[in-house]
Amino acid sequence: MDWLYALMPIAGVEIFWPGLVILGLGVGMIGGFFGMGGGWMVTPGLNILGFPMAFAIGTDIAQMAGPALISTARHTRFGNVDYKLGLIMVAGTVSGFEAGAQLIMWLERIGKVDFYVRAAYLVLLTLVAWLVFTDVSKKMRKDREARAAGRTLDKLSTGIEWHKRLHKIRIPPVVHFERAGIRCSAWLPISVSFLTGLLAGVLGIGGGLIRMPALIYLVGCPTHLAVGTDLFEVAISGLYGAASYSYKGRTELLAAVIMLMGASVGAQIGSVATKYVKGYGIRIFFGVAVIGCAVSIVFKLIAAASPALRAFFDKAATVLILGLVTSLSLYIFTRFLLGVREELAAKRMYRASV
Amino acid sequence: MVLTVRTRLKQLGILLFLVPTTLLAAAGKAEAIVIVADSRRFTGWKAWWTNLYNESHFLFALATIVIIPTLGVILGTLTGLLLSRIGIDLRSRELAEH
Repeated sequence: MDWLYALMPIAGVEIFWPGLVILGLGVGMIGGFFGMGGGWMVTPGLNILGFPMAFAIGTDIAQMAGPALISTARHTRFGNVDYKLGLIMVAGTVSGFEAGAQLIMWLERIGKVDFYVRAAYLVLLTLVAWLVFTDVSKKMRKDREARAAGRTLDKLSTGIEWHKRLHKIRIPPVVHFERAGIRCSAWLPISVSFLTGLLAGVLGIGGGLIRMPALIYLVGCPTHLAVGTDLFEVAISGLYGAASYSYKGRTELLAAVIMLMGASVGAQIGSVATKYVKGYGIRIFFGVAVIGCAVSIVFKLIAAASPALRAFFDKAATVLILGLVTSLSLYIFTRFLLGVREELAAKRMYRASV
Repeated sequence: MVLTVRTRLKQLGILLFLVPTTLLAAAGKAEAIVIVADSRRFTGWKAWWTNLYNESHFLFALATIVIIPTLGVILGTLTGLLLSRIGIDLRSRELAEH
């Protein structure tokens, strides 16, 4: 069974390569479906497969650009990417990220930075999860009320409508984002991306986990547009991260390439699956992913606070993350298969009727 | 006494100059420490790759950022072709809602 193990040229460790393909497949699917890079899933996965932590982070970021590009291209075909909005947000994200990196250096001088960062991350994820599920419950209530009154609700109606208030702030220049169907001050996406970039810089994450909900709830993007536009940002930041970590000598290209084999298939499946799932379906499962991520951080905090329980909670956090990746991938794959079956059946019926 | 204070101030000045200088020098050394890949264990392209890593991180980074997106586009296109052969419409999405 030696052929199932590959010696990594840079890290110098032997890795079970089918594990890399499976990890890539799962992360590609989740990334293409939810619009994120998935660093929070890949790093513990690579670490479990045997990579030292420094290489796990670098390799994760290096491979991120590949599936993000594939998913962006697919979402572009579906009309899910607003490039004007994406490019404006890149400027805010990059400057925010740099400001966040400076802030974290200042926090490091104060000390206990790990604890504060994890606690802040936890608060943020709790807020995002609360936001998602409050929005879903409000939308369901609106649907029920409309049905009771014998009306049909507008397809573009939402539960939480903060973006409508933010769109009323018309500080020039006011920009029309055709694809997203939004007219607002350019300062809105710039400040939102700066804020999410700042948080990503402080928390040391790619940012998809917070940028995607920010695009929906603050900028006012429809869910599918938020997924596609966020992936465009992930692709750009992934390329920047790949260059940065490779220059520091912390990427294992062979592992990234093997992961890409699985991720290229996964990214297509994840992106195509969004065709068959309503916006609110994506939001609900995104909320589930955020809750799982938040619980894993609680485990990490307990592990850091209590040395006696460290080994147990560290393992529990990793098992939870990998379990979440498996469950979400299975859900996305099932929705993909069901959607494809329906689409093909509809096509057959149409051909038979003509 | 005045002389002692001056001397101490001088010593303090030298110390203030030397400590950051020493730290900076140490930091420079720390930055210079790199992980060296053992190219003796490999042959062919793997040996070439490890040598590239050991010799120039700049070229290594450049190769990485060219290979990843290029390979991503190639593999993505191949997967797309495979999916379109199944008969899936990969050009439009009917669902339009928030």
